[in-house]
Amino acid sequence: MLKTTPFHPRTSPLCLSHAWRRWSGYVVASAYELSHEREYHAIRSAAALFDISPLYKYLVRGPDAALLLDRVATRDVVHSGIGQVLYTPWCNAAGKVLDDGTIARLDTQTFRMTCAEPNLRWLEENALRLDVVIHDVSESTAALALQGPASRAILQQLADADLSTLKYFGLTATHLRGIPVTISRTGYTGDLGFEIWLDAQDALSLWDALIDAGAPYGITPAGMLALDMARIEAGLMLIDVDYVPARKAFIPSQTSSPFELDLAWAVSLAKEHFVGKPPLVAEARRGAQWRFVGIELEWDALERLYAEVGLAPQLPGAAWRASVPLYGGGNQVGYATSGAWSPLLKKYIALAHVGARWAAPGTAIEMEITVEHRRKAAAGRVVKKPFFNPERKRT
Amino acid sequence: MAASYDAIVIGGGHNGLVCAAYLARAGRRVLVLERREQVGGAAITEEVFPGFKFSVFSYVVSLLRPEIVRDLDLARHGLHILPLESTLTPLPNGDYLAQWNDHDQNRRELARHSLRDAEAYDEFGHLMHQMARAVKPFLGMPAPDPASLRPRDLLGLTQIGRYFRGLGAAKFHALWKLLTMSAADYLDEWFETEALKATKSASGIIGTLLGPRSPGTAYVLLHHYMGEIDGVFRAWGFAKGGSGSVSAALAGAARASGVEIRTGAPVARVLVTNAQAAGVVLESGEEIRAKLVVSGADPRRTFLGLVGTEHLSSDFAAAIQRFRFRGASAKVNLALGALPNFTCLPGAGPHLRGAISISPSIDYLERAYDDAKYGEVSRRPYLDVVIPSMIDPAMAPPGKHVMSIFVQYAPYHVNGGWNDARRDALGDAVIDTLAEYAPNLKSAILHRQVITPADIERIVGLSEGNIFQGELTLQQMFFLRPVPRWAQYQTPIRGLYQCGSGTHPGGGVMGASGRLAALKILREEAA
Repeated sequence: MLKTTPFHPRTSPLCLSHAWRRWSGYVVASAYELSHEREYHAIRSAAALFDISPLYKYLVRGPDAALLLDRVATRDVVHSGIGQVLYTPWCNAAGKVLDDGTIARLDTQTFRMTCAEPNLRWLEENALRLDVVIHDVSESTAALALQGPASRAILQQLADADLSTLKYFGLTATHLRGIPVTISRTGYTGDLGFEIWLDAQDALSLWDALIDAGAPYGITPAGMLALDMARIEAGLMLIDVDYVPARKAFIPSQTSSPFELDLAWAVSLAKEHFVGKPPLVAEARRGAQWRFVGIELEWDALERLYAEVGLAPQLPGAAWRASVPLYGGGNQVGYATSGAWSPLLKKYIALAHVGARWAAPGTAIEMEITVEHRRKAAAGRVVKKPFFNPERKRT
Repeated sequence: MAASYDAIVIGGGHNGLVCAAYLARAGRRVLVLERREQVGGAAITEEVFPGFKFSVFSYVVSLLRPEIVRDLDLARHGLHILPLESTLTPLPNGDYLAQWNDHDQNRRELARHSLRDAEAYDEFGHLMHQMARAVKPFLGMPAPDPASLRPRDLLGLTQIGRYFRGLGAAKFHALWKLLTMSAADYLDEWFETEALKATKSASGIIGTLLGPRSPGTAYVLLHHYMGEIDGVFRAWGFAKGGSGSVSAALAGAARASGVEIRTGAPVARVLVTNAQAAGVVLESGEEIRAKLVVSGADPRRTFLGLVGTEHLSSDFAAAIQRFRFRGASAKVNLALGALPNFTCLPGAGPHLRGAISISPSIDYLERAYDDAKYGEVSRRPYLDVVIPSMIDPAMAPPGKHVMSIFVQYAPYHVNGGWNDARRDALGDAVIDTLAEYAPNLKSAILHRQVITPADIERIVGLSEGNIFQGELTLQQMFFLRPVPRWAQYQTPIRGLYQCGSGTHPGGGVMGASGRLAALKILREEAA
């Protein structure tokens, strides 16, 4: 059977759509309401509450905890501060990405790692002869994401700590209406937002407290459909959708290096050693062959293609996940892996892999779309990610 | 003599039928001679007890080559494979280990036993998929002999060499380990849950008088991973109507291509003149002539029985004599008035639609082997149980069930030889073992059929009751199956070919031997 999250007793009666999806062996709501539309807009206009408990979570403790994570991750973990959260990919020995997630330093010798895939075995293999203990706390730790412009105001009502000083990618241990939690200023929406980590036993009390305090601010439980649109606007990639983790790849061309995923900023080549460093050093010198970019379609071109068959432009109501060919100069130069119509930006956007020479912002690129059963190429161009990047995310 | 034939195929087992069908499709006039009253060899369905149908011997389908299913259009001839969904391993402590088809469900179950194993499982499956892909080309080609300088062998070796290079070092090294290690050692590198290692290692010992700690068993494990249904490796299924349906579909396809099949026609010997096959003589004395004779019988029966040593060189005859069979498996078929109720997972749940494996630990299996090593039936045997009526209710009267129990080890060379008392004792040991996990079993049994290796030999004609027509061990596989220099279906007798599982790639209801033999014959004829 599938697992339910610690919040299921609350989320289940809310899920009027009966639209559930799987996430790491759990059922989570795709949308609570009959349409995900209001949930999406809540992310950008009020505050959306996501149950993100299915994430894999590991507590890594011990004198060598920093060393282990520094060895595994591409970012510099040793020099991270207490209360700092690092977003990082991690690679296999060939320098290909296995997974991406966050590493939060809870204290000098304690870290919490969150991932999309199980990584206990990988951590243990790398911890050989290190003085470190790895606990899989995936089930015992519940997690919520509160995302949107009102998120801070809602949390502040419940929190002991002053959240106005909590910086982007900072973390603090506090209480929310007496419930012990850690709050990180992180999320998957590219908006002002927080993720709350707590003992699974306190899950329902916390949910109730948040709904209670958030009601005046329009807090809205939101599902994965809304989240998917927001994360594309934020330019954030999704494992298994935008890239194939190296462990699941059957052929080398399915794998991606961090450079090919536009994560050069998260690769600390200055570190003495980490898994995958040698091939990454070589790749950095050579330059990545592939790049992960944002694509924006031209409205006029889209409208013209539909007008040719006598239709108004038909826009996707939800984010799509598929491999869609991209063309440049008449040849296929890449493929988009997810895309959406952004109701906020009023733009048709996509995340895509393109050959390095097609990666510069402004480069004209066409994306295949099917107009009334026929394949067409819609004109577009490469744009800088994130598509949406509000001031409030960082300030 | 009413008709004349281009080729006579001895034995209407699955490989004989496949070979005959391919030959007929190439325009040859083919006669299949089957000793028994029904075709199928060890892949038959019989209504052993009124209303209860059994896949008496071979009971699951997986390895049947997809190209054969396509070429012979077996679906049109009635083949319908129903999926086996899971494997349940009941444990002595009252718990169980289940392996489910659904990834999330499987992961959750494994994580109950070991988080590490739950993670390793996916990686292991990923690697085995790649290994199965790596070996798959060998199943579709005659095994080239590295000691040979014939152009076809050299070409084959070149292709394999290029192929291995293309695999990459990591995969090649993994393959080498699989070829050399024991199943237990190989699985130790991956998993820590005893029941998981044991249940997986069981694939490495099936049909072979070796234990999970015997080197070479890791390869047999891989052999069983090569089952491929609809493009998915490691997919096991059950033929609707039982294993006899596979044979019926093959026979239908063969007949549709013009093959004539005679049952109740045991061959006494192959006619040989001047080291050239000329036809066969039936036990009835009837003589049937043909330029080509293809034997689906195992190498020992073919050469030492049907041909006779007088037509063979002494070194060839000796090599055939050394080809090892050592049947190790038995079968218990039960007609049940009620479903077994497993203490570890009570009720008629989905676990009864899959396999139930009595393999709680590597030690358990190795001890079972220890008994057999010294000529005894395992006191506590490894059992692979399926309840076909759960998947195909037409196998039993409504509300009743049939159960198929594959048993190992029951050595052919049992101390004192097989007799009725020993057969009964084997049946009792099997039922006692299973009843420890499903206590209602004994009261649910309406009828039982116990088949020893000696019975398999007597009824089906497989020497020493070996289900693979000879052990699937490395020293008699690939270019060594059945013997060096004669591992590509031809024999020292011109015009006589082999097409049974005793040839490459051998073993399981695969049909590859029959197909490759037919292709070889057609190529040689053209040359």
